[in-house]
Amino acid sequence: MTNKLIDAITGMQDEQVLTIAREIMESGADPMAILDDCRTAMEVVGQRFGAGEYFLPELILAGEMMRQVSELIKPRLTKDSGPKKNGKVVVGTVKGDIHDIGKDIVVFMLDIAGFDVTDLGVDVPAEKFVEAITVVKPQVVALSALLTLAFDSMKATVDAIKEAGLRDSVKIMVGGGAIDDSVRVFSGADAYGADAMAAVTLSKKWIGGS
Amino acid sequence: MPKTPAELLDERNKRINDAIALKTPDRVPIAMLQQVFPARYTGMVLEEAFTDPDKWLAANEKTIVDFEPDMFFSLGAGVIIPGRVLEALGSKQFLWPGHGVGSNTPHQYVEGEYMKAEEYDAFLDDPSDFLIRTYIPRSNSALEGLSMLPPLKSLAFGAAGLTPLLLAPPVAAAMAALNKAAPEAARWHAAYDGFYKKMEEIGFPALNVAVSIAPFDLISDLLRGMRGSMLDMYRCPEKLLAAQEKLLPFIIEMTIGKAHMSKNPRVVIPLHRGADGFMSIKQFEKFYWPGLKKLIFALVDAGLTPIPFFEGSYDQRLEYLREFPKGKVLCWFDRTDLFKAKEVIGDVLCIAGNLPISILQIGTKDQIKEYTKKLIDVVGKDGGYIMGSNAPLDTANPELVKVWMDHTKEYGVY
Ligand code: B12
Repeated sequence: MTNKLIDAITGMQDEQVLTIAREIMESGADPMAILDDCRTAMEVVGQRFGAGEYFLPELILAGEMMRQVSELIKPRLTKDSGPKKNGKVVVGTVKGDIHDIGKDIVVFMLDIAGFDVTDLGVDVPAEKFVEAITVVKPQVVALSALLTLAFDSMKATVDAIKEAGLRDSVKIMVGGGAIDDSVRVFSGADAYGADAMAAVTLSKKWIGGS
Repeated sequence: MPKTPAELLDERNKRINDAIALKTPDRVPIAMLQQVFPARYTGMVLEEAFTDPDKWLAANEKTIVDFEPDMFFSLGAGVIIPGRVLEALGSKQFLWPGHGVGSNTPHQYVEGEYMKAEEYDAFLDDPSDFLIRTYIPRSNSALEGLSMLPPLKSLAFGAAGLTPLLLAPPVAAAMAALNKAAPEAARWHAAYDGFYKKMEEIGFPALNVAVSIAPFDLISDLLRGMRGSMLDMYRCPEKLLAAQEKLLPFIIEMTIGKAHMSKNPRVVIPLHRGADGFMSIKQFEKFYWPGLKKLIFALVDAGLTPIPFFEGSYDQRLEYLREFPKGKVLCWFDRTDLFKAKEVIGDVLCIAGNLPISILQIGTKDQIKEYTKKLIDVVGKDGGYIMGSNAPLDTANPELVKVWMDHTKEYGVY
């Protein structure tokens, strides 16, 4: 019966989602199962985005629906053991660039795909990436930027990771508004991704995961 | 005998205008989106470009004289907003060099939901009132006091009702901030006007002076933010459309006014959130295209030449552009496949742009020559193409820019 919830989210039935979630909860369902359904729904939304059927409005609305449902059931969650994470990704907008909208979508998509994401924020200096790699030990590092000024910062970040002797421990991807494949070559990253789904696909390829 | 500046000015104008009108010019014209590049080229600290108009304009002049483009990009309108003006108003939307970003880092925009979804009704009821009493105070910390002004409708009872309110300290402080900003803004405006005149005198026309915006983007970039505007497509589509209807006449009137005043008929319209990937074709048809199309037609009807700059990619929506009036619009592209664009719209519209800024910044001379040649061979075939980059030159490498411009002038002769 909880498929109604999945259908409502994947069908962008914004006004019905909360009512359905409430009904399910009142019928005594396990809140964890509701969260799982949300995740399943988000995966479908992500796939449709990757396939060019859904676009930014749907991603954003789905995120909003998911947030509302999580807030509703949070007080009822007894255990906080989320599903097993697929692997670790450190994400940030590189130094000099203060834009977060693209990066936030990447973080969100990786999160719903089951990755354990550390978001370093915006205008992140190379040292901070290095430090995060040392502490978090991610398999993947995602560098985001909107502006061309970030080409140099991306290179400086990859260089700093190299200098710290950590380059072989991580795969690095670059992406965002003014970035293209030549920036991958220039910076010494492993891949360029054109959209947030590419960030997920690359992470899955590198780390594995469902 | 070398050509006089007046002859050069005519020659450059004709080259561009012929290309736009789909005639074959003497060679492929080249337009320069210099934007903040002159600072880098002349070794200025970028912060100075926002505080010292004379130095900044001298840097622009040197850049244009050295590179000799057929046209250069407008200086004002969101490119460089005088720093002291931003400071006096306490702008929260723009970070500028040395003020929120490094002193050599280009200005950046802080997007936000400056207008809430619940506020559409207030906006639709009386846009000017909403803008001056809610939007402006919210997005400029020094103008917060304006939120204490009475509803503008109360002016129906005469101006006297305002007087006591103007004395309230927050309102007075906002007025003082405006008074502080005004002379600085006026100083820059005068300097810009003088610059355009001077450049014409030495033979260099501006691509445009006026800049405009599509109604959806005005709402998405400035008022509601991306997140807000995208949610509105689902949650309050009618209001999103109604707000565009309301804004469109203002946009048209302001653009025509600005263009006529500048005596430059070309108007650049950077287009943001209607591109591939941002919204579906269905959403584009409903929420983006009608407003853009009306704007383009209104400008053409007023005798102007719109230059929509299709940021991102328009591969999936090129067909729509065929509806624009033939030979009257210049379509500037970012990442769209220009070879396809030439096929789809080349018989109706002049095409510009697409040379990747990444090549001009981190590429090689050979890569530039190769890409330039291909653009000229395929897109420039029989005219109808203006060479340009896919983004402002901002952080490009001057040496590579020179190779690009020289190669275009040499290889692009018809
Ligand atoms: C909307 C927009 C604006 C808006 C506001 C944007 C904002 N929040 O700051 C306004 C109108 C205010 C604006 C202003 C300016 N802009 Co502007 N803008 C855009 C535009 C059209 C879209 C940006 C956007 O909204 N993206 C939405 C998000 C969701 O997309 P995204 O960041 O690309 O992220 C997606 C993917 O790239 C990916 N992704 C992101 N990060 C990562 C990381 C990894 C690892 C991976 C795999 C994927 C990934 O996932 C996201 C979802 O799929 C872009 C062109 C474009 N199509 O990219 C130009 C663009 C960024 N702007 C540009 C410019 C020049 C400017 C200005 C400097 C103009 C001026 N002269 O004043 C100013 C100030 C700069 C600024 N933005 O701060 C240039 C930048 C070139 C440069 N020199 O750096 C661009 C590229 C346009 C162009 N071709 O000329 N801009």
